[in-house]
Amino acid sequence: MSLFLGALTIGLILSLLALGVYMSFRVFKFPDITAEGSVTFGAAVSAVLLVQGMDPGISLLAAFAAGAVAGAVTGILHTKCKINELLAGILVMTALYSVNLHVMGKSNIPLVDAKSTSTVAEKIGARIFGQTTDLNWFGWEVSIRDAGMLISMFAVVAAAALILLMFFQTNLGTAIRATGDNPQMIRALGVDVDIMMILGLAISNGLIALAGALLAQYQGFADVQMGIGMMVWGLASVIIGEALVGSNKQGLVVTGTVIGSVLFRLLVAIALRWGLNPNDLKLITALFVFAALVGPTIGRSFMNKRGNQPSGRTV
Amino acid sequence: MLEITNISKTFHPGSVNEVFALQNVSVTLNDGDFLIIIGTNGSGKSTLLNAVAGSFITDSGKISLSGHDITKWPEHKRASLIGRVFQNPFSGTAPTMTIAENLSLAAKRGKPRGFNWALDKQLQSELRDRIRTLNMGLEDRLGNAIGSLSGGQRQALTLLMASWLKPDLLLLDEHTAALDPKSADQVIRLTKEIIERDRLTTLMVTHSMQQAVHLGNRIIMMHKGQIIHDYKGATRQGVRSEDLLHRFEEVRRREQVDVRVAELLQRMYV
Repeated sequence: MSLFLGALTIGLILSLLALGVYMSFRVFKFPDITAEGSVTFGAAVSAVLLVQGMDPGISLLAAFAAGAVAGAVTGILHTKCKINELLAGILVMTALYSVNLHVMGKSNIPLVDAKSTSTVAEKIGARIFGQTTDLNWFGWEVSIRDAGMLISMFAVVAAAALILLMFFQTNLGTAIRATGDNPQMIRALGVDVDIMMILGLAISNGLIALAGALLAQYQGFADVQMGIGMMVWGLASVIIGEALVGSNKQGLVVTGTVIGSVLFRLLVAIALRWGLNPNDLKLITALFVFAALVGPTIGRSFMNKRGNQPSGRTV
Repeated sequence: MLEITNISKTFHPGSVNEVFALQNVSVTLNDGDFLIIIGTNGSGKSTLLNAVAGSFITDSGKISLSGHDITKWPEHKRASLIGRVFQNPFSGTAPTMTIAENLSLAAKRGKPRGFNWALDKQLQSELRDRIRTLNMGLEDRLGNAIGSLSGGQRQALTLLMASWLKPDLLLLDEHTAALDPKSADQVIRLTKEIIERDRLTTLMVTHSMQQAVHLGNRIIMMHKGQIIHDYKGATRQGVRSEDLLHRFEEVRRREQVDVRVAELLQRMYV
């Protein structure tokens, strides 16, 4: 049970990462690999603050801000310095590796003793359930900490998704979406598309860093390596989410992305339980994303041969 | 008032692909003028439009609009004064966003965009009314993605968007060239209606001599980056499409003569 709860919680935390990837990859069609550095950056900043006894909430805000700065730098490199999208991301990601080491001072910071979001979540859990001992859910023993964390993460993710969706309906949000959809058009309507892209990537990486910070606080440590493979992870969630909702209505896709992230984490947990070698995890994830990217194209050409019109969207 | 003074633009200067796209072009439009630009392919008519829109910064010369010197303004800044419709019907709208959202983007042309709802109640009712004037039945499909509409419908919407906030200058870049004849007629009728209703100062590039003759109060003909003829006032009144075609033919012949003379000289001297 705790394995299941753990998978759900990590799935929820990483859905913030998925939302960030959705923003860069789907809204802007920008393959932003800065994500890999931002995850660790967020974790590092919040871990250092927590160790110094700072409030967990403030540490999360700081993580978001740190990620936003990283994203903005990638945006500036791409729009103002005309550096290719991937390369801009790679440059910032690489630079962040050193930055993260400097922030943390060492390659790993344990957070077990620090007052973190999990501590807060434990208190929330205790208040909700009115007890501090283990809970009994459908015959399973559940620690109050796990239950509290799951509920808190659900609340955080729901709030983040809702705020993001609401933001997309504002004048600024629609301008950002239009920038990804048709930059020529929105420029002709008086919007500086460079600024929109920088802002969008800042929000995207802010969310991703927030995911990193929460992940570090949940698992009890921040590690300089924890960002590796995160971009593909986020992509997998977005793709599963889109397949689940089968629509490109924004509200549905954002919800689907969150569900996709949780589902993907559960699948991984099950696979690991069944004896999947953890070393193969990233390979499997990459293969999965590959299949999801290529699948629709192959399916479509197959359909075309049978005389049907393509209906899927390109990835 | 739009004042274009001696603007020039050379693409790929110093290379084998060097193109003198605009050479010392000057035009002045008074408020409410509707200028049609015609010309052969590569004559610089679209380049002139793009120079005004700010797609690139001109090499020399000056452009001023409504008292602002916009010569060095970036495109998005000029958009506060200029409404624009592109040749490609896909260029003027955001395909995955809804009709209502696209119009809401246009309702903020050149204005600061903050955290207010893009589609507030007032705008929603206003855009329903204004879309109804298109007579395309789109007022019931405000929540549909623009990508699902036909080229003609998208172009009509782009036109509505470009003129939503009365622009100081409206730029139309062969905006019916990619449409079927029926849609093209519809869009032209709408163009005329909007321009006359709002008395918009307009610059329109077209390939169609029909449109050139039937619309606007002035025609300029361009060739090789220069204005070679300007029909205005009384001359504009009497002009027929045959006259314009004749003029084109003249240009073509003169060019052939040029080529032949060059060959002749080459044979004699080289």
